[in-house]
Amino acid sequence: MRSIIKDGAIVEDNWRLVRPDEAGVLPQVPTDTDVIVPLNAWRSADWRQRTGRTAVWLAPDEDPGLLVSDLDVLPLIAVDFPSFTDGRGYSIGRLLRERYGFSGEMRAVGDVWKDVLHYLWQVGFDAFELKPGKEIALHMQGLQDFSERYHSTWREPEPLFRRRSKTGA
Amino acid sequence: MYLYDEIDRRIVKERAEQFRDQTRRFLAGELSEEEFRPLRLMNGLYIQRHAPMLRIAIPYGHLSSRQLRKLAHIARTYDRGYGHFTTRQNIQFNWPALEQVPDILDELAEVDMHAIQTSGNCVRNTTTDAFAGVAADELIDPRPYCEIIRQWSTLHPEFAFLPRKFKIAVSGSTEDRAATWVHDIGLHVVRDEGGEVGFKVIVGGGLGRTPMVGEVIRPFLPTRHLLTYLDAVLRVYNRFGRRDNKYKARIKILVKAMTAEGFAAKVEDEWQHLKDGPSTLRDEDVAHFASFFVDPPYETLPAFSETLAARLAEDRVFARWVERNTRLHRHPGYRSVVLSLKKTGVPPGDITAEQMEHAADWADRFGFGELRVAHEQNLILPDVREDDLYTVWQLAREQGFATPNIGLLTDIICCPGGDFCSLANAKSIPVAQAIQERFDNLDHLYDLGEIDCNMSGCMNACGHHHIGNIGILGVDKNGEEWYQITLGGSQGNHTAIGKVIGPSFAQAQIPDVFEKIMQVYLEQRQASEPFIDTVRRIGLDPFKERVYAKHH
Repeated sequence: MRSIIKDGAIVEDNWRLVRPDEAGVLPQVPTDTDVIVPLNAWRSADWRQRTGRTAVWLAPDEDPGLLVSDLDVLPLIAVDFPSFTDGRGYSIGRLLRERYGFSGEMRAVGDVWKDVLHYLWQVGFDAFELKPGKEIALHMQGLQDFSERYHSTWREPEPLFRRRSKTGA
Repeated sequence: MYLYDEIDRRIVKERAEQFRDQTRRFLAGELSEEEFRPLRLMNGLYIQRHAPMLRIAIPYGHLSSRQLRKLAHIARTYDRGYGHFTTRQNIQFNWPALEQVPDILDELAEVDMHAIQTSGNCVRNTTTDAFAGVAADELIDPRPYCEIIRQWSTLHPEFAFLPRKFKIAVSGSTEDRAATWVHDIGLHVVRDEGGEVGFKVIVGGGLGRTPMVGEVIRPFLPTRHLLTYLDAVLRVYNRFGRRDNKYKARIKILVKAMTAEGFAAKVEDEWQHLKDGPSTLRDEDVAHFASFFVDPPYETLPAFSETLAARLAEDRVFARWVERNTRLHRHPGYRSVVLSLKKTGVPPGDITAEQMEHAADWADRFGFGELRVAHEQNLILPDVREDDLYTVWQLAREQGFATPNIGLLTDIICCPGGDFCSLANAKSIPVAQAIQERFDNLDHLYDLGEIDCNMSGCMNACGHHHIGNIGILGVDKNGEEWYQITLGGSQGNHTAIGKVIGPSFAQAQIPDVFEKIMQVYLEQRQASEPFIDTVRRIGLDPFKERVYAKHH
């Protein structure tokens, strides 16, 4: 058991994220464990006949469009940020939410910590597994870094300029 | 100019607080160097040779007198009494202490300024024509759109971590004065046959290691679609731009790899999903932004100023300054004045705190409290009555602002170079000075006429050397500083990348090389043909032959 941030609160989490080893082989996982597997494992179907739940994670160069037909059955989609400066996952997030209409849990994993949480939240991520060593209670404050923003986002589709003209500001 | 409301202020204030926290955590060891570096860069903070360098955003080059006074205060309090204007119309300070940067950001926030996205792999300060709003040849004032883009690009959650830096420029006039062909995205305001206003969208231009002139991917984009289309371009770049090699990570490399047609098709495909979405600009939205850029209360003045005419007739030195350092204005009886920051002996673009304060005073006294920063690194008083030009000239002379060299060979665009910048291969400031000293005879300088001379201390090309009619690039040869010369580059409607004339030169040779290039020009030019036209007509060979001739 470890803690993650989910919908702005610290919660215990049982999902196990499996990554391939150097040879590309996935570890053995008990069949009753809830697992988040790479896209190719998910698509191979071997990982779906289990008593535990199975979810998928996407690498930054993978196409979220490949999951379109699975969105109704996926309890969770994770997106990996191998480095916090790799911003591809933000576009994946917006695509999953805005274009493909995914409404389940969207989890950011990898090099994730305080200073990116606000951005991730805006594009549709609602769960964050922080980089090891980052104190979760302190880092969670990053969600509150900004109280307002200019753009149309998944959280707030109306951009500021439209909301401004409504109030006559 | 755009006026912040409570929300704009809050965003800037919250960003300053966020950076204060980031700096504190770094100094306390809670953030590693590797973690802090991208964060500080996104706030314009570099670690340089002598001290950190802080770059402050001046959105599309617009400054109020109040803001300029604040920059003077910052220069004096936190730096060594001066600042440096950049080719992105920003200002940078070379000597602040890291610990004090959060305080500087708080001071800036007081006057609605910040350092957001002045560096890092994100959307940088949007630039435009320094004469926007007052230029005689303007089709549409680009500034409302610049402000729309500024707000869209500020802390955009999807595009905070792009493969590489991203620069957008907008031009609203017949003559492109914003170097739009050498930007990641260049936007030209155009009207279609039905009179509708839109943008010609140019993508994939850029200087740096692989200089390229951009390609048009959409000849006409109705203005209401500006933001959704930008989202589509940036998304394609964010997802598919290379991240494995920083030298191949700019959008120009992606556009080349996909071809302009292929890239345009991919953007179009993406855009179909975004088009007409909530970011679509309605007429009232554009009107809201345009309301900040209405004309100031100009006086109704005769088109011909007798006071000015009399002064011009009696004072040749003044007449020269008016010819070079003022620009025609859309409103009769007014001119825009260019305060030259290219005085011989002073690094190009540098300005002292005292000069900032004087310029701010003149903006209040003779204009409407506004100034502009030109990407050529000069400061502009946009609205001066022709009757006041003589007084302004005298004041400007006292402050070392009146070198009558705008557009001439000694109006050199120049990066800070190896004296300050840790990326540089070579110094640039002493070379610029040596050229200015060699060509300090005004009659000779005027005879040579309009010549853009641009210089960069390394191939990152901050000094835009590729688009100088004469470009100078500092290169490293076995630990020594050498200089490569290019000819034939130009900005504007006929943007071209200059060509290298041959092997590079030692620093001391540069003034002689320039002298020889100018000799060839003077011998070869036809009638009043400008330098760049002669270069285009006769090619590089005559210049090469002279410059590399064996001594007999």
